[in-house]
Amino acid sequence: MSIMKTEEEVITKEPNLLQGALEDHALPETKLTLPENNVCETEDEYELVYHRPVPLLDVNMHYCPGCAHSLVHKLLMEVVEEMNIQDKTVGVAPVGCAVFAYDYMNIDMTEAAHGRAAAVATGIKRLMPDKYVFTYQGDGDLAAIGIAETLHAVNRGENILIVFINNAVYGMTSGQMAPTTLMGMKTTTTPFGRTNEAYGSPIRMSELISPLPGAFYVTRQAVHNAPSVRRTKKALQNAFKYQQLHKGTCFVEIIGNCPSNWKMTPVESEKFIDYEMVKTFPLGDVKLPKADDLKNLTEGQ
Amino acid sequence: MKGNEALAKAAIEAGCDAYFGYPITPQSEVLEYLAREMPKHDRIVLQAESEVASINMVYGAAGAGFRAMTSSSSPGISLMQEGISYLAGAELPCLIVNVNRAGPGLGTIQPGQGDYFQATKGGGHGDYRMIVLAPSSVQEMADFVFLGFDLADKYRNPVMILSDGAIGQMMEKVTFGKFKSTRYEKPWATVGKSATRERNYITSLHIQPEKMEKHNLKLEAKFRVMKETEARFEEISTGDAEYLFVAYGLSSRICHKAVDLAREKGIRIGLLRPITLWPFPAERLLQLAGQVKFMMSVELNAGQMVEDVKLAVNGKTPVYFYGRLGGMIPTPEEIVHQLETVIHEHHEN
Repeated sequence: MSIMKTEEEVITKEPNLLQGALEDHALPETKLTLPENNVCETEDEYELVYHRPVPLLDVNMHYCPGCAHSLVHKLLMEVVEEMNIQDKTVGVAPVGCAVFAYDYMNIDMTEAAHGRAAAVATGIKRLMPDKYVFTYQGDGDLAAIGIAETLHAVNRGENILIVFINNAVYGMTSGQMAPTTLMGMKTTTTPFGRTNEAYGSPIRMSELISPLPGAFYVTRQAVHNAPSVRRTKKALQNAFKYQQLHKGTCFVEIIGNCPSNWKMTPVESEKFIDYEMVKTFPLGDVKLPKADDLKNLTEGQ
Repeated sequence: MKGNEALAKAAIEAGCDAYFGYPITPQSEVLEYLAREMPKHDRIVLQAESEVASINMVYGAAGAGFRAMTSSSSPGISLMQEGISYLAGAELPCLIVNVNRAGPGLGTIQPGQGDYFQATKGGGHGDYRMIVLAPSSVQEMADFVFLGFDLADKYRNPVMILSDGAIGQMMEKVTFGKFKSTRYEKPWATVGKSATRERNYITSLHIQPEKMEKHNLKLEAKFRVMKETEARFEEISTGDAEYLFVAYGLSSRICHKAVDLAREKGIRIGLLRPITLWPFPAERLLQLAGQVKFMMSVELNAGQMVEDVKLAVNGKTPVYFYGRLGGMIPTPEEIVHQLETVIHEHHEN
């Protein structure tokens, strides 16, 4: 049985998720001058309400329309900018759709072999314990070929942030089954739908790692509507700040849209997350730090 | 001191900032020694969950500009090949030690030289080269750590020390303090982007073929310089030699003894011991090919380096091979006997 929604279902059952968010945050009528050399300037009579985060490079991204990656890249760089830690941040890019992440983020970055990001980040962080080190990985990279590196890095409590984009497919190689592919979901390598007999059930990484003592903060978020984007940003802010505490690994799983490989429009993909993905991957915090552990946390740097 | 421990001690003296390893016989002493000693020097040591993780931790640390090292033995080195290819592709300096045991597969924990092809021809994928140093004594186990780190930093390329179970486990006198470690500037390292420079990123990915070829050619130019300038070897009794052994590491020690025995019998034989297996001392072998009646490559494998000897002499002199396998070690007498047999056959032909 396919669990993909027909177009009709999507349209008739579509709740207006964006409406509330838009009403809460009605965009002010302002005119911006275009950013120049990554610096936004406003004329006196205008109020600056938004600018591209400076650490996000002003280049065209290769991502498909509706893809979650570009949005998460932006959120990451917003956090880096707000915390003013561009000079103290080192990222590790994966193999997968985000393989070119270092082309978009104006920070020092290392491109890891497939699945090895957590080991590479371990090498970086152990030698530079005061730097902010994060990995950015997809579900094939992190939960299939790299599950050993991931589990052991978390078990050691490496003081890194692991950003885990879970879109239930291999995106870059164009839509093969991932360890997180939903039951019954059709992919190019499960043309009749994923079955338990052949492949078992989707791995819930956040739930899998959260019992490990080295896991400090584990949360699952999404970026498919405005409220979820805000919550993801908050989670990333927390995770970056928690690195100052040297208490363990922060793991931020983000359910990402993949309209191209889900064979959906971007809008349909948002609904697919709301109706299907969250059944297997419920959104929310999986493991929160103890209040005691947060006592020494300072704001900003 | 044990060969593996001498190597580990040298790593600390050569300014190794971080060691990542995984237990495997016959090299576990390296990890054990460094687990004990590195913290005393405020260095990083970590037992990884696998050799795959070790080499990638090295990748991270090397990319951040630190002197990083790993060691393993044959099956573990096979697991590291992916990482070595990435290190070479991303031009990251590091030191990798292979205390060679006999294979294939799990093989045996006894010494072997069956990883010659893997080490010198690029065990990982893609076009890359790596300087391979072959110690034949405990002293060289220590000395080559300094040399290896310096060559790695000089060329921004991984360097391998290819030892074997016997050299790693044997005990000999060793002197330290002969070499000083050199510190190299690494402005390319990923340490956090300062406001005054462009971002640093470390990658082996160049998706456009034009750019990839350019990167390949840049690497090739570097490898050419290594090939022209870094070949190292030792010669024993080659001055008047009619015949020549070619052997490295453990087998070169046995051949050294065999040279003495053969000369007592009046056979004028010499030994050329490649110290770098890549670059291979081909030029010197070609010169010697004009002097000797034949060469004999003696290896603890089924015949690997002999191919490079043949390539080097390019038919100018016959090249014979003698090898033992499976962790078996020939005696000097056995080698002299082989030599005598070959001399007999050679002169009958």
